[in-house]
Amino acid sequence: MNIEIAEYLRLDDRFPHILCPGCGIGSAMNAMVRAISESSMNKNEICVVSGIGCSSRVPGYIDCDTFHTLHGRAIPSATGIKLARPEMEVIVIAGDGDLLAIGGNHFIHAARRNLDLTVILINNFNYGMTGGQFSPTTPQGKRGTTAPYGSVERDFNVCEMAKVAGAVFVARSTTYHTPHLKGLIKQAMKKKGFAVIEVVSQCPTLYGRLNRMGDAIKMLEYYRDNSITVTQVKEPKDAEGKIVIGVLWETEAPEYSEVYKKVIDIAQKK
Amino acid sequence: MRKEIRLAGTGGQGLLKAGEILAEAAGVYENKKVIQTQSYGPEARGGASKTDIIISDEEILYPKARQVDVICCLSQKSVDAFLKDLKDTGIVIVDSFYVKRCNAKNVFPLPLSTETRQKFGRELFMNIVLLGALAEITKIVTVDSLRNALANRVPPATIETNLKALDLGVFIAQIKD
Amino acid sequence: MNQRSELLSGNEATALAAIKGGVRFFGGYPITPSTEIAEIMALELPKLGGVFIQMEDEIASICAIIGASAAGMKSMTATSGPGFSLMQEGIGYAIMTEVPTVIVNVQRGGPATGLPTKVAQGDVMAARWGTHGDHPAVVLSPWSVLESFTLTVKAIEISERLRMPIILLSDEIVGHMREVVSLPDSVSVYERKKPTKSPDEYLHYADDTNYDSPIASFGEGYRIHISGLTHRKDGFPTNDPKTIAWKMDRLRNKIDQNRDWLHYSEQFDLDAETIIISYGSSARTSLEAKYEYEKKSGKKIGFLRLITLWPFHYKKLTELLKNAKRVVVVEMNQGQMIREISRAVPRGIDVTGVNRVDGELITPEEVLAAL
Repeated sequence: MNIEIAEYLRLDDRFPHILCPGCGIGSAMNAMVRAISESSMNKNEICVVSGIGCSSRVPGYIDCDTFHTLHGRAIPSATGIKLARPEMEVIVIAGDGDLLAIGGNHFIHAARRNLDLTVILINNFNYGMTGGQFSPTTPQGKRGTTAPYGSVERDFNVCEMAKVAGAVFVARSTTYHTPHLKGLIKQAMKKKGFAVIEVVSQCPTLYGRLNRMGDAIKMLEYYRDNSITVTQVKEPKDAEGKIVIGVLWETEAPEYSEVYKKVIDIAQKK
Repeated sequence: MRKEIRLAGTGGQGLLKAGEILAEAAGVYENKKVIQTQSYGPEARGGASKTDIIISDEEILYPKARQVDVICCLSQKSVDAFLKDLKDTGIVIVDSFYVKRCNAKNVFPLPLSTETRQKFGRELFMNIVLLGALAEITKIVTVDSLRNALANRVPPATIETNLKALDLGVFIAQIKD
Repeated sequence: MNQRSELLSGNEATALAAIKGGVRFFGGYPITPSTEIAEIMALELPKLGGVFIQMEDEIASICAIIGASAAGMKSMTATSGPGFSLMQEGIGYAIMTEVPTVIVNVQRGGPATGLPTKVAQGDVMAARWGTHGDHPAVVLSPWSVLESFTLTVKAIEISERLRMPIILLSDEIVGHMREVVSLPDSVSVYERKKPTKSPDEYLHYADDTNYDSPIASFGEGYRIHISGLTHRKDGFPTNDPKTIAWKMDRLRNKIDQNRDWLHYSEQFDLDAETIIISYGSSARTSLEAKYEYEKKSGKKIGFLRLITLWPFHYKKLTELLKNAKRVVVVEMNQGQMIREISRAVPRGIDVTGVNRVDGELITPEEVLAAL
């Protein structure tokens, strides 16, 4: 185990983890921990918050304050923490079903509010923990255990949604591109405001198997061969059928706590 | 001493606010026991609106009016709905413009809305005009107590106008006599 | 140390109590008839550097107040009817994770959207059993403006001492009714005990006394793990039957070990043959009816007002009702508390309900008719 990141893990009794062999969540966690380590953050000032699901098991392995909340409720729970302790770095890590289906409303409103949170959304296109049901990111026609004939529904474009809802930093990477992902997480944590990183991830045990996508290696190879960086996209057709990775959107907007501080000033003057 | 007062009319006429001012006048400035309750519909404007104020020397338990001494009605609908709880000796103050029919023994039809429109150009302060008239007719609270309570409960910029409205109400009631 | 007397509504008194009682975080969503509480918090909290946030729904509201409390800030929300239903999952989470917080439910008519502007007491059982799974519950029910103040302060204190969410179960009448009160300038505020152990030795759920136990908050260097999964003393999930049983007993013991002091009630003339039992706004009607009955008949009527609805103190009730021949339970629902009361009175004693569910406050005449 790499020494720098060992400091940020609960190595003494939380490992081995519960994730399946070949699961992408470990890679995403690895990138997150390295991003934290390389940012030289004090682990007593970090809170990692999750909901329910495979991705939401990540906080249990990280040696900082960790909050494993209800299904879909990581973001509103994190909102309470961040407002109570603005000095803390509050990171939300959860899956596509959690953040976009049951927690979808919280996701868009948190983006609108622009509170300084970093949201790492691990998108493995299905509900893993309950056994491979289709999720809001399952592409139409792809199979899940509750979509045995292929999903009827269209999927969300997470990053576009985050952008129009008001996020100030929106990025995407995959579990193949972990150093790239790590860099994006570092940028997102630095960014003042609501920052979202979608991590395209493999679930070889369920989604991959149900859709005959091969094992984890095959799925990672697919991500390698079908990803294109945002700077490589010169015209829309370059992105067709590709996973566009990199910083997709960045802007400046007043952060919630900063605006609220002004409210306090006005209230206290009166 | 125990008096039950009911103010009823249409949402938006400011009756709940008038009820608060009356309750505060009696409770805070005359050291009486008071309780104010309200009943209202979903509409912010235009629905039925009612507030009961009980003023007593003794502890008040059941908070709603049952044997009403004074009912003030600013709409025909409220007359039709709320008169049934009036005591035999009770009095009714109605706005003579909005209320055309009222079957009670002691009715005081007053030109509250007409005079308010004439003086202030709109009906906005009719609730306070009503309080002035109510105090003058019933002597349940003093106009001074109402003045004090009013100053706490209306926006500072409108205190002057509201005090004028209170005086107008007293004047209307005096003319009636 | 009394301030001048002032005319306040129950909701206003609750909000002022929260502020005086140390609440510095309020997350809520507008809903009638509780909204005034949120409005006052929005106005007053920034003056003290506290946080008011209007969340996107009641689910988010309760999660935000749990998050804030886990990070060390005293927190509260207020809601009614459907909003209370939406909060149930979060209430269970706060119970399981042992996070102190206060939920005010100003009851209105239900089920569903029901009667937003009208009174009811139909949430007595929802306050006890609304969230799934076995769990402890502490529910306090005010009947006046002053008690809206004192019980809010009490609820905050109990939540901190027992590390759990406490429900203040008000109703539309008590919430909107205005009375003249003289509130104290300040109240004694219970401050959460900080752990004395080092982070390496600290276990988040170690203290089995379940009372005034030290609690580490996020951001204090203890690197705690809080999870809604059934967990061990260190907060990490477990499937071990013994550990699960320990956790469930621990939650139950919060009530079992504190039931006596958690019981608040008010009683007059319990040596009478007939005793009226009520709570909240319908208790005002009941006491009025008692006095009117006594005036007319010259016969005494007993009166028992439950201030603590949950935990229900069966033993205490049995003791209080030992002379009763007849018990009349007055409540604005189709008969909720009457079931618990029936279990507390000896067999053979007549227990009659006086109920009303049409959105109007039950009248003294209705109670008198049952006496």
